[in-house]
Formats: sequence, structure tokens, C-alpha cells
Amino acid sequence: MTSLRRRLFFLLLPATAAIWLCAVAWIYLGSRTQLEHVLDTRLQEAARMVHSLAGSGDMQAAPAASEGDDVGYARQLSCQIWSFDGRLVARSSGAPNESLAQDKEGFADRVVDHEMWRVYTIVDAAKGIRIAIGDRIGLRDRLVRDLVAGLVAPALLIIPLLGGLIWLSLGRGLKPLNDVAGEIVSRSGEDMRPVSGAHAPAEIRPLIAALNSLFGKVEATRRHEREITAFAAHELRTPLAGLKTQAQVALAARDTAVREGALRQILVSVDRTSRLVRQLLALAKLEAMPASQGEAAVNVGALLREVVAALPTPGRIDVEIDPALDDMVLRGSAECLHLVLRNLHENAVEHMRDPGRIRWRLLPDVGGLAVEDEGPGIPEPELGLVTRRFYRGHNRSPTGTGLGLTIAKMAAEKIHAGLELSNRGDRVGLRCSLTWSTSGSSIDKSSAAPATGPLPA
Amino acid sequence: MRVLVVEDDPVLSDGLQAGLGLAGVTVDRVDSCADAQAALAATRFDAVVLDVMLLDGSGLDVLADLRRRGDTTPVLLLTALDDIADRVHGLDTGADDYLGKPFDLDELAARLRALVRRRAGRSDPLLKAGGIVLDPSTLTVTVEGRPVAASRREVAVLSALMERPGVVRSRAEIEDRLYGWHEEVESNAVEVHIHNLRAKIGREAIETVRGLGYRIRMPS
Repeated sequence: MTSLRRRLFFLLLPATAAIWLCAVAWIYLGSRTQLEHVLDTRLQEAARMVHSLAGSGDMQAAPAASEGDDVGYARQLSCQIWSFDGRLVARSSGAPNESLAQDKEGFADRVVDHEMWRVYTIVDAAKGIRIAIGDRIGLRDRLVRDLVAGLVAPALLIIPLLGGLIWLSLGRGLKPLNDVAGEIVSRSGEDMRPVSGAHAPAEIRPLIAALNSLFGKVEATRRHEREITAFAAHELRTPLAGLKTQAQVALAARDTAVREGALRQILVSVDRTSRLVRQLLALAKLEAMPASQGEAAVNVGALLREVVAALPTPGRIDVEIDPALDDMVLRGSAECLHLVLRNLHENAVEHMRDPGRIRWRLLPDVGGLAVEDEGPGIPEPELGLVTRRFYRGHNRSPTGTGLGLTIAKMAAEKIHAGLELSNRGDRVGLRCSLTWSTSGSSIDKSSAAPATGPLPA
Repeated sequence: MRVLVVEDDPVLSDGLQAGLGLAGVTVDRVDSCADAQAALAATRFDAVVLDVMLLDGSGLDVLADLRRRGDTTPVLLLTALDDIADRVHGLDTGADDYLGKPFDLDELAARLRALVRRRAGRSDPLLKAGGIVLDPSTLTVTVEGRPVAASRREVAVLSALMERPGVVRSRAEIEDRLYGWHEEVESNAVEVHIHNLRAKIGREAIETVRGLGYRIRMPS
């Protein structure tokens, strides 16, 4: 795990050190220029002074500096006075024997006795002398070095101190982040309450907001899972409880009518439970099924007649199938289409309380089909929810499982069809429409057929 | 005993009515929260059997509402969820007991008897008055140790009197215990049952209090 504190520290400390080094370099260069200037001025001054003194008395040559003499800051300047005919008229003590002077006036850098010198020369034609004053460049460098050393030494001491300060400050600065982390770490896995970001700094707030939004999503998913589990448990265990209770009634009843009633209820419950099991298996199968399986040309009308014939409908319900559907051929999984049609038809039959008609019809303008029942319809807010697993809406049928529309929707997706539920506009009832986005009219014999969806017959 | 069953599965609900009926319980059935609220507001039940998941909401909301109103009717929850958190939540909402589905009918009946017994402040499962002993679990009556053959309706009338010894029970109260909403009340039925009971357990065992109702005689 990388530590933000360590990372910042290793960014800040070199950055600070680099700035220090730049400052030192700058000071070094600046001081050096200044020092050169100051020392040059001193050479010039001294030369002028000597010049004004020269000729006003006897001058004697001082002994030359002995070899190996350590030249300290004392006796930095060496002075020589040469006559035009090349005689050394005078020199200061410690000045080299070799000539420092040059022919023309002004500054020059010269090598004298294997050493670099900075020399200022005054040529006095009237007196017939050259005055040369110089100092060693090495000495100048040492001055600058000492100056810089004086600057760098505290810096070297200060940088560890600065490092410590930066480290502590980072700790304090990152405290809010650690507080948030601490709060989350100390939580149980069940705790999905939002983290309070009221006192968090602005930089952490987006992170807290993102975390809270994630917590919210996880919580919603878990709630949904819990709901499905609860619904599933309820839908599976309630019929079992009914079966067991009725069986115990049938065993305990001495009255024949009571016993027969209980046995009849057991039969009803077994039928419903087997349907629930069948639907659960269909769901499991659909979930495991690849998207395009068993591509075949399927005649919708024929399949629909099969579905309607297989489901016994009470005499009060009249089923009408649009003859145009007999000309509708689909390319796709026959099994999935069968599941869609069967579950939509079961749903329609189940919600028809009173005598009425279920109409299966072609939707020629969109190349799909629809079924309309005369049941109670679905309250608008529930239209989006009824395709959820085990969701049984307000107008639930007493024998429903809450899975039929879920299966219809899933199976429709497998054959690339959209299932849309809406309440009928012309009367009370539900309309379920199946449409294909790659729409090609099923009756129109001209256009090329899409890969999936209605084919021209 | 009169019990309200709140359950939206018709087969289970029917089974409870028939099965508890065999155990001498008068059962009224509703299948939604709204109907349960209405029934509880209108009728006094000895206990409620309440499914948690209903057509129009959660049985726990009905329960919470009942307790908010200060109604102390014992409630037994039927739940398909049997994880501990779910049970704890149910009990803490004010349930007195719960059973997970599927359950045993005899156990449900026994639990209901226990709830009703506790509510009346009794711990003895047998109802006793003088030499008369009524066993609610078997619906049998003995007088001085001799078994007495009594019909289910007669036993129901006798237990209504014996549950509150010395207290006068009106005819209407006794009728409430005998008949659910779906049953037609036969006129004079209570008088007929009292008459038959007196013949079986002794004329003096049941007193008539003029204008008020009937009372089981306690030995002084």
C-alpha cells in the first residue's frame, strides 16, 4: 500500500532541497560576480594609491615570497613597480619575482609561477614605470567557497529539520483523510450508512460523495437481493404450508365433506406449486441460455394456436387470434418465443375475472404482435415493476406466481424483442406488445429479412 | 376461541379455517392489510394469525398499527423467512409468537391456546370450575372424573364461561365466540346449548343472571 504521506514527503523534500540548491548556486554565482567586482575595485584603488606614492621616495624591492609559503587572507595583494627598461623598481613583501605587469593598462588574468593571477596595471609614461597590483585567483575562489560554505552548512542542518516539519505537517494535513478512512475501517460489513462529509475538506468531499454513492448502490442491490429472497421464500413455502395444513385437515376430519374439501384444495395447490416449479426451471434455463440459440423459422400463428390449445380456458373467456399472424414468420429460438407467448397468454387468462375476450393481433405498422385482455390492467406506477421476479402487483391474481411476466420479458430479450406493457386506451385491460427493433414487416414480401425478427413469409 | 387469520394464500387460509375449526376455534379470514385493519377495529378476537407478506403490504405494519392503538390481542406471525433477524424484528414489532412456514397445524393450535391462556393470566392448561374440568386441547369435559359427551358448540360455550370464572358473559359475547362472519347465527342457539349443557354437567353449574347473561358457578 502506498502512503500518501510518504509520497508527498518524498515529493516535497527533494523539491525543497532542489530550491535550496538553486538558491545556493544563484548566491554563489551572484556573490562571485560581486566579489570579483569588489576585489577588482580594490586592485584598481591600490594601484592608484601606489601610483600616487611612487616616485615620492626611495623604493626598495622586498624579498620575494618563499616557495611553499602558505598564502592566507593576509597579504593578499602583491605589488610590483617595473621601469620601462625592465627593472623591478620595487615590490611588496610576498610578491612573486616573475613580472605581473603587462604592457597596457587595465585588468588581465595571467599565469605567474604556475598560478592564476588577477592583475591591474598602470602605465605611467611620465615616470617611466609600470605599476602592477595583483591577487591570486585561487584566493578569490577560496573566498567565494568560504562564503558559500557559510551558506550551505546551515542549509544542510536545516533540511533535516525542514523534513521533520514537512512530515509532521503532512500528518496534520492528511488527518481528515485518515479520519474518514478510520471511520470506514471500523465499520461492520453490514453498515452502509453514508459517511458524514460535513466537516471534510473540499478535496476529500468528492471522494466521500463517490463512496456514499457506492454505498447507496450496494445497499440498493442488497435490498433488492433480500427482497427477491424473501419473495422467493414466501412464494415457495406458502403453498407447502397450505398443502401440509390441508393434508392434516384431511387426516383429522371425520366429516366426509370436510375431508373432500381438503383433498380438493390439495389438488389445487399441487397444480399451482408445479406451475411455480416449472416457471422457476424456465427462469433458470433462460438465465443459462446463450443469446441466440436454436435459430429457426417459426410460424407465429401456428405456435400461438398450440399455446392457446394447451392452456384450458374457462368457457367464459373467448380467445381471438388475428389470422394475419398465420403469415408471420420469425427467425429465432422457437423455445424462447413459445415461453413468451405462453406466459403472456397465461397472464391474460389469469386476470380475466369476468366473461370477456383475449385478442392476439398483429401490429402491422411496427412488425410486431400484441395481446389484449379485459382484466383489471396494471396501476401505472407498477408497470415498470411487474416484470421483476416475484413481484405481484396490486391487481394480483390469486393463483399467480409473480414470475410469468419476468419469464416473458427475459425470453423476449433472448429473441431480441422488446416487451412493452401498457393499459388499454379503449377500455380497462392490459396490452402486452412484442416489437423488434430491427423491424421488417412480416407480411410485406419485398424487403430483405433482418437477421432476427419478422421474416416475410 | 375466536381467531382472525390474515393470509392471502387461499389454500392455506382455507386449511387454517378448517383445521383450527376441528380444534374448536372459530376462524374469520381476511387476505389483505386493509381488511385486517377493518376486522380488528370491528371485532374482538382472542388471537390473530398474521402472515407477514400480504397482497397490499406487510403484516408487520398491521401489527405495529395494532400495538400503537393499544390493542393487546395476542398475535402469532406466520413467516416464510426464518432467519433470526427476521424473527427478532417480528417479535420486537409486538408479535407474541411466530411460526415458520410450513408449520404443523397441531402446533399452531397449541400455541394459540397458550397465547389465549396467558392473556387470561392462567398457567394451567385445563379449565376447572368445581368438579368440572375442560381440556381445551382435546375439547373433552369431565365432571368429577366422569367424561361427558358434549358437542363442539357446547364445549365452546362452556369454555367461554369457564375461561372467566365468576364473570357474567352476555348472550352476544357467547355468540361472538361461536360464530364467524360467514356463519348464520341461529336464534336461541345459546339458550339451547346452555340447556343441553345443564342436562350434562348439572343444573346448578351454570347460573342465569337476569338481563345480563350466564355465569359458571364457583364452589364457595
